[in-house]
Parts: sequence; structure tokens; C-alpha cells
Amino acid sequence: MHRAGLVVYDVLTALRDAVRPGLTTMDLEKLAEEKIAGRPGKAAFKGYRGYPCVLCTSVNSEIVHGIPSPKRKLREGEIVSIDFGMEVDGYYADSAVTVPVGKIQPQLQKLLDVTRESLDRAIDKMRAGNRLGDVGHAVQSWVEQHGYSVVREFVGHGIGTKMHDEPNLPNYGDEGRGARLQEGMVIAVEPMVNAGRPEVHMRDEWVAETADGSPSAHFEHTVAITANGPWILTRPKEMTGPSW
Amino acid sequence: MPVLQRATREHMARPIREEKKKDDSGNSKEDAIEVMATVIEPLPNAMFRVELENKHQVLAHVSGKMRKNFIRILAGDKVAVELSPYDLTRGRIVYRYK
Repeated sequence: MHRAGLVVYDVLTALRDAVRPGLTTMDLEKLAEEKIAGRPGKAAFKGYRGYPCVLCTSVNSEIVHGIPSPKRKLREGEIVSIDFGMEVDGYYADSAVTVPVGKIQPQLQKLLDVTRESLDRAIDKMRAGNRLGDVGHAVQSWVEQHGYSVVREFVGHGIGTKMHDEPNLPNYGDEGRGARLQEGMVIAVEPMVNAGRPEVHMRDEWVAETADGSPSAHFEHTVAITANGPWILTRPKEMTGPSW
Repeated sequence: MPVLQRATREHMARPIREEKKKDDSGNSKEDAIEVMATVIEPLPNAMFRVELENKHQVLAHVSGKMRKNFIRILAGDKVAVELSPYDLTRGRIVYRYK
């Protein structure tokens, strides 16, 4: 899974650095396809329940599952969430990062910072003996303390030989509730944070956007629970510090 | 890529809930653990937050027998609390000491 995770990391960091005003979300999709050509494994999203692309690109008020389009040009001041997964030798890894396009408003930067920090806090709770509720609570308490809200309709998930496996990991919850985490479990931890209210509007079968039109950020890593604490599989093992 | 989950009213409950939902353990009153405690504050629905001798705080309701006999409980009272072995965060107040 770590091998799949490293490919995901390479692709996402390349895309993060490539994002600039004027590119379309389809350009990002093309770039991702170029990056994975010749690497082992295959993109996990394309064909998953009929999803048409290797990436999910969700701009501004789009929360998740934005479909890349040649018509959607990125403009200065927007934010775009890039979600990507790989399957290598039957094992999956899944990760996402939200990237500013050019210079963005300080309020938007704060939304990104708070969401990224909530992922860090959640990952820190990914320890054997803790409960799912502890992880969700870490996200919810941090996010709501800053006046943002947590999306309820989409949740993190166990991951391994399937992309979506047990258990579901909501980004909200009560401490001390839910199933206990055990060594060897691997979960995709993915806070989705709306600057406004938590309600979701499904624009179509895939694209989820905030009901009130407020911007939304999304960060994700695939995290394994080891005897030495959490191990982020979707980045190089020697990396330390903030998750994204 | 996240998993879609059907939204329920409970999911949307906005502020983080301090108190947990009422969870009556039915008739399994036999294997409860009885401990001494002090009432910290009265809460709605005849619930009380009590502090056990081991300094743990639990949410306790008043037993039916005590309600029937109109035994009033105030903050600061010493009480006997039965804890369920399954959920140590809640208890039942079964006696108020004079």
C-alpha cells in the first residue's frame, strides 16, 4: 500500500506545483495521466462506479467528486481540491490536497490551514486503543472552534484491497465512542470542511457542493496504525512535520 | 475519494454534544456496581452530574423508587450511585444520605 501511496504522493505534489491560473481542470487530469503512465499499478477512481476520470477536482464551493472538465478554467484566487487514488498489486492508497490558485484571500487561506491542521490532529489520534469517535471529535472540535463546519454526508473509510472498506470514519463524533482502533488497520482520513454551513447539495450523481455556496476544503491521507503510532502511507516514510 | 453516507438528523446535530443520549439499561439492575458520590449539579430530566469518590464524573438519573417517594436531591448531597458495568459514564442514584 505504501508503494501505491508513494505514486499518489508524487502525482499530487506534481499537480500541486502545476496549479496556476488559466489551466483547466482537464489539464490537471491530463498531467496526472502522464505522471502515472509507465508506473506500476493503475488509477483507482477511473471506472469506480462509473466515475469517468483519474482525478477528482473540486473548485471553490465544490466539496468532493468534482469531475475534470476542459471548460473549467482555474482563475486567480480560487481553491481547488485534488483527490487521487492508485491501486498497485491489488492494494489501494488514496489522498487529497486543496491548493490555492495564484494568490488567494486570507480568509480562504485560513480555511485551508484549519482543514489541514484538522487532518494533522485526526492523524495524531490514529493510535491503537483509541476509538473512531476520538478521531472524528479531533476534527469536529478543531473545525467548529474556528466557526467552520464539517461535512456529514461524506466520510473517511477503511482502505486496503478495496478502495472503500470498513470502517467508515466520520469527521465528527463524541470522544470515547465508536469502534476501537487496532494495530494494522488502515484508514483514509479525510476532513471536508465548509466555511459556511455543513449542508451538502448534490449537483448531479457525483458532484457535491455546499448548499449555501460557501467554499469548501478537503485534505486526505491514507494512514496505517502501527505499534509506533500513525504511519502516513501516502507520502515518503522519512517525511515528518505537517501532513500536507 | 470519500464514501457517501446518508445524512440523518443526528448527523447534523450541530454543537458537539456534552451530554449523551438517555440510555436506559432496562431491567438489568442486578450486576450494577454501587459507589458513593457527591452531586455536582442538577440537570434537566431529573438527571444529575455526580462526582464519584475516585473523582470520575458521571451522569446519573434518579431511580424510580426514589422518584415515587419524592426524595429531592440537591447539589452537594451525598448519594449512592449504581453504575452499569457496560457504560461507566452513567449511573442511577439509589439513595440519598441525610
